[in-house]
Amino acid sequence: MTLFASQIVDGLADGAIYASLALALVFSYRSTGIVNFAQGEMAMLSAYLVWQLMAWGLPLIPAVLVSIVVSFIAGTLLYASIVKPLSHASLLTVVSVLIGLYLALNSLAGFIWTYTIKPLPSLFPKAHLQFGSFSVSAETAGIIVVVGLVLLLLYLLFETTKVGLAMRGAASTPDSAVLVGVSVPVMLLIGWGIAAALGALSGILVAPRVFLNPTMMFGVIIYAFAAATLGGFDSIVGAVVGGLLVGVVENLVGTYVPWIGPDLKIIVALVLIFGTLLIKPDGLFGRKKVVRL
Amino acid sequence: MSLLSLRQIRAGYDARSVLHDIELDVEERQIQVVLGANGAGKTTLLRAISGTIARQGTIMFGGMPIDRLSARKIVAAGIAHVPQGRGTFADLTVDENIRLGAYLRTVAEARQDRERWLTFFPRLRERLSQQAGSLSGGEQQMLAITRALMLRPRLLLLDEPSLGLAPIITQGLFRTLAAIREETGMTMLIVEQSANLALEVADSGVVLESGQIVLRDSAQSLAGNDEVRRIYLGYE
Repeated sequence: MTLFASQIVDGLADGAIYASLALALVFSYRSTGIVNFAQGEMAMLSAYLVWQLMAWGLPLIPAVLVSIVVSFIAGTLLYASIVKPLSHASLLTVVSVLIGLYLALNSLAGFIWTYTIKPLPSLFPKAHLQFGSFSVSAETAGIIVVVGLVLLLLYLLFETTKVGLAMRGAASTPDSAVLVGVSVPVMLLIGWGIAAALGALSGILVAPRVFLNPTMMFGVIIYAFAAATLGGFDSIVGAVVGGLLVGVVENLVGTYVPWIGPDLKIIVALVLIFGTLLIKPDGLFGRKKVVRL
Repeated sequence: MSLLSLRQIRAGYDARSVLHDIELDVEERQIQVVLGANGAGKTTLLRAISGTIARQGTIMFGGMPIDRLSARKIVAAGIAHVPQGRGTFADLTVDENIRLGAYLRTVAEARQDRERWLTFFPRLRERLSQQAGSLSGGEQQMLAITRALMLRPRLLLLDEPSLGLAPIITQGLFRTLAAIREETGMTMLIVEQSANLALEVADSGVVLESGQIVLRDSAQSLAGNDEVRRIYLGYE
């Protein structure tokens, strides 16, 4: 029973990381209709940036904050330099460019920091929290709390502020957003910035568990895709629920299905993606595309 | 001086020009209607005014040239455009749609105005927390108009408000528009294909044909004009 419960909690922590990267995917997709295949690699660079800043003498927490701010700016630059100019290009062009960006960022990290793994310290102490007979590592609890707080901030941004409302309007019906005086490009720019910052968070949370290396986000981005697909690619709630579900299912299957074990866990993600697309292509929370004539 | 005047306006899409040398004046506190068949250029005319398409010529609004301003600047100058097909934010709630209409204004002003406009459209008050996409066509049109009014515009552009609505709904809508003008003195430029109801509330009108204004008169005379009656009002 304790093993089961701790697998669930560990799954929620993994799921929280997937959820933040899935949210990054959903944010860019909702605002511009583009799936950013390079999101994981951008997150990897964000994690490397933390390592680099620490190597230059900055303490961990300031390094993390600087990296998240730089990532936000990088996200806005990506939108302004690549995504916006391609807004009328064909889907194939956009996909090719983003996959090219994926490879370029991956090689860039290898070029600057080499392919040797590097340790990135965890944001949380190596302690265990004891609740009766049930114990949970401070890292697991910390990840859940940090992602939870970030989600709360995002919720407040979108539900209670004017800018948040304008961002939702711009993503929903850009033509009408212009007619109420909203600058749509600025809103999309902010959206891509937030996506990159969320991705950075996922990279920084996952790096201490898998060590820094240029391919560290490969598994995470697959799980994030599974989460976003399961939740419905245009749903923010869906990305969060999808992320948590994927994390829990992945952990349970890895623990209780002997022939899968930790090595084949990624199959779980692929089965989830495939199954969702087969049975419910819009995902759990996705909107069916209905056009009123 | 007219609130809005257009001189030698030309506009179109890419290489295809739709409007040719349009001259039009809209007087303050008046409702002016633009009649015309499908493809006559009615929608293009409103888009040229609101800056959502490229246009050449001179457009003066309240004594200020606006023909080189972007759509956003024109909104800020006080022209609200209710586009054809309403253009409500389908994913947002009715209340959020209304609040977004007041994006350029303060929260306090928005709260005050919201109450005022909801008295004209009580149906919307019952549906404030509902998603805009789930409203009926008539309610969506009310919402689109309310959202535009939230800007506190000096000029309201309405593109075929009757589109897809039952005649009884359209009639109610035009009565509300007339009541709003009566109470607030709001200037309106309404594009319509089904003209009878529009002419009932309008002061004056023009007829647009192949991108040119071929007739301009008071609403009363237009409603009595044989040609207009035959083509746009459906009388034989």
